[in-house]
Amino acid sequence: MKPRAMSTSDLDYRCDTLILGIGNLLWADEGFGVRALEKLHADWSFRPGVRLLDGGTQGLYLLPYIEGCRKLLILDAVDYGLPPGTLKVVRDEEVPRFMGVKKMSLHQTGFQEVLSVAQLRGWNPDSVMLIGCQPETLDDYGGSLSDTVKARIPEALNLALDTLYGWLAKPLRRTTPPADLTLDSLALELYEAERPSAEMACRMGDGRFLGGAA
Amino acid sequence: MGAYETQGFKLDNSGKRIVVDPVTRIEGHMRVEVNLDTNNVIRNAVSTGTMWRGLEVILKGRDPRDAWAFTERICGVCTGTHALTSVRAVEDALGILIPENANSIRNIMQLTLQVHDHLVHFYHLHALDWVDVVSALSADPKKTSELAQSISSWPLSSPGYFRDIQNRLKKFVESGQLGPFMNGYWGNPAYKLPPEANLMAVTHYLEALDFQKEIVKIHTIYGGKNPHPNWLVGGVPCAINVHETGAVGAINMERLNLISHIIDRTIEFIDQVYIPDLLAIASFYKDWTYGGGLASKSVMSYGDIPDKANDYSAANLMMPRGAIINGDLSKVHEVDLRDPSQIQEFVDHSWFKYAGANDAAGKGLHPWDGETVAHYELGKNAKGTSTNIEQIDEGGKYSWIKAPRWKGHAMEVGPLARYIIGYVQNNPEFKEPVDRVLKKLDLPLPALFSTLGRTAARGLEASWAVHKMRYFQDKLVANIKAGDASTANIEKWDPSTWPKEAKGVGFTEAPRGALGHWIKIKEGRIDNYQCVVPTTWNGSPRDSKGQIGAFEASLMNTPMAKADQPLEILRTLHSFDPCLACSTHVMAPDGQEMTRVRVR
Repeated sequence: MKPRAMSTSDLDYRCDTLILGIGNLLWADEGFGVRALEKLHADWSFRPGVRLLDGGTQGLYLLPYIEGCRKLLILDAVDYGLPPGTLKVVRDEEVPRFMGVKKMSLHQTGFQEVLSVAQLRGWNPDSVMLIGCQPETLDDYGGSLSDTVKARIPEALNLALDTLYGWLAKPLRRTTPPADLTLDSLALELYEAERPSAEMACRMGDGRFLGGAA
Repeated sequence: MGAYETQGFKLDNSGKRIVVDPVTRIEGHMRVEVNLDTNNVIRNAVSTGTMWRGLEVILKGRDPRDAWAFTERICGVCTGTHALTSVRAVEDALGILIPENANSIRNIMQLTLQVHDHLVHFYHLHALDWVDVVSALSADPKKTSELAQSISSWPLSSPGYFRDIQNRLKKFVESGQLGPFMNGYWGNPAYKLPPEANLMAVTHYLEALDFQKEIVKIHTIYGGKNPHPNWLVGGVPCAINVHETGAVGAINMERLNLISHIIDRTIEFIDQVYIPDLLAIASFYKDWTYGGGLASKSVMSYGDIPDKANDYSAANLMMPRGAIINGDLSKVHEVDLRDPSQIQEFVDHSWFKYAGANDAAGKGLHPWDGETVAHYELGKNAKGTSTNIEQIDEGGKYSWIKAPRWKGHAMEVGPLARYIIGYVQNNPEFKEPVDRVLKKLDLPLPALFSTLGRTAARGLEASWAVHKMRYFQDKLVANIKAGDASTANIEKWDPSTWPKEAKGVGFTEAPRGALGHWIKIKEGRIDNYQCVVPTTWNGSPRDSKGQIGAFEASLMNTPMAKADQPLEILRTLHSFDPCLACSTHVMAPDGQEMTRVRVR
């Protein structure tokens, strides 16, 4: 779709390889994609032109970043009805279709749309890869990754690194820690350590809301 | 409840009941139940807010200078408008005056939100209620090009351009991926556009995405980020330094020029694409006159966009202010947000409870004295359980939204309310565009009181707002060139300068309508805080007199083409741009069905 109606600063969004972690840290295994990305960022650096992005639960705001890249690697929690913790890799045309098969969270609806809209607008990437992990627990607000899912992060990152070597992203193991990718207050250790008790946070059902019905 | 009459509507809940839940996808906090008569015409409507907000409770005891950052998080879409309302409330309470530059920048921020919100709403959230995507596949690209060129000089209009997009769409649909267009009610007889108009609209849907990403850059420049830009009690948190020495990150000429450029490009898109699309779509739905609801009866606007700083009188506000009641267009009433007898909130049918002597039927509280105590109980005729409601009983409590009333009247707020008030006040900036649209479509004034009228007013307002952005950007640059770089007044920043007790009110016109925050400050801390948001007005449940809210009224007497496809219900509710809602089309958690529609 050219010429584009507006392109004052498309350069801001451009990179040749985008590594995108998506999900909601506040809903237990929903945070898989972002936590995996954090770990990748903590241990590895890449050549210029490779961008790591915590996409959170943003929907269409991610569109310019998607359209600005040639190779896209997505880390996300995805439900395809396999045993919890199972990793699933999907490539290229299968990715948006796959993400649309069964949605368990609303942000995926959003993200599947973003990929489809990008394609409709003429985005034609060289490669797209999704590394998905089957979640164990989702409905635990304020919870962290389950042990099952957390244990799969190293393997997910090995899969990611294999592909990134092939994409000539030049991963290099870091010798000194990098600047944080996400907010300090959301760092895994702090997030887990500061979680209030179920009683204090009224996670057992809050009588103020449900009245006598709880 | 049986049958009764209120506000000119005959309510009858004896017919077949339809439940639509959620009405919205991304936020999913709204539910609607209607009763149909034997001809599938809506004879009763019940709107339920299904989420507790509770921000008022969180704010108690906090520093009033921080309130904006909390209230801003009420919504991720109208980001910023709650923050502006909040800083105005605190400034009102403490008698803080802001510099002219801060007023101009705040207005540009607020107008940016209006434009962004209206544009995104029209193309990405509401258009698919009118536009049949699948029908676009059978369009003739050459005829589409002729159609586009007949209504606008927008350059992207060649047959090849439309063919290209149609081919991509075709490939998409053939591969079974409807993507953003999945699960629409495609082919429903309530869609009226010819294939060419559908193809043109789908194409502009894709183009509009470029604009939404550009416009929000204005928030990132003046407010540091988007969504949820930064604000400041006493002004704005961005320094101006056009000489580019001594201040890192300050607003310089390059940044001001970038904003200017974005404004100009947005004016082009709105006036050459949005408005012509709106008129083209409307011309095919002239017979669909439903959805007016309270618009022809009771509407209200607080007004907004002060021309000069610190003057919130109607004469200085560029957006109209006032109230119309009982359909009497000959009189616009003064609205006073401080008068305890004017704006009151009732909880007879809301899941709240007032304390002590206030816990009485038909008791309304002014927001300064407002209470936010949850009290969840279903009416005795509700079906299902308290955590899995099958059917609401509107005779009892049935919503997390309170019922605000102005002098006892349920009111509609929003772009249509603003345009009706501006129109009857003979304000040429509002009256002339309405007259032009009506003439072009060959429609009488009452046609404005409809779903389509609401959608049209939003488009006209987007154009009005983007031109006002130009005005304030020019005003800002002129003021800076005249040597005034001040953006904040921090004389009363320190709480030691505050009185022991103070109260204030701040208001704005959010994209969705009149928004007010009421604050009481005691010994430097928030003692009470109440937000009455546009969707509280529009989404209001019944009150003790049985008066219905604007959403409910708007659905009354609408015929449905198919009872199990609530396209008409969604179309009308989406025309309000409900804040509970973020999206046009609804997806259940399994992604397969569009919305949970149950027919009983």
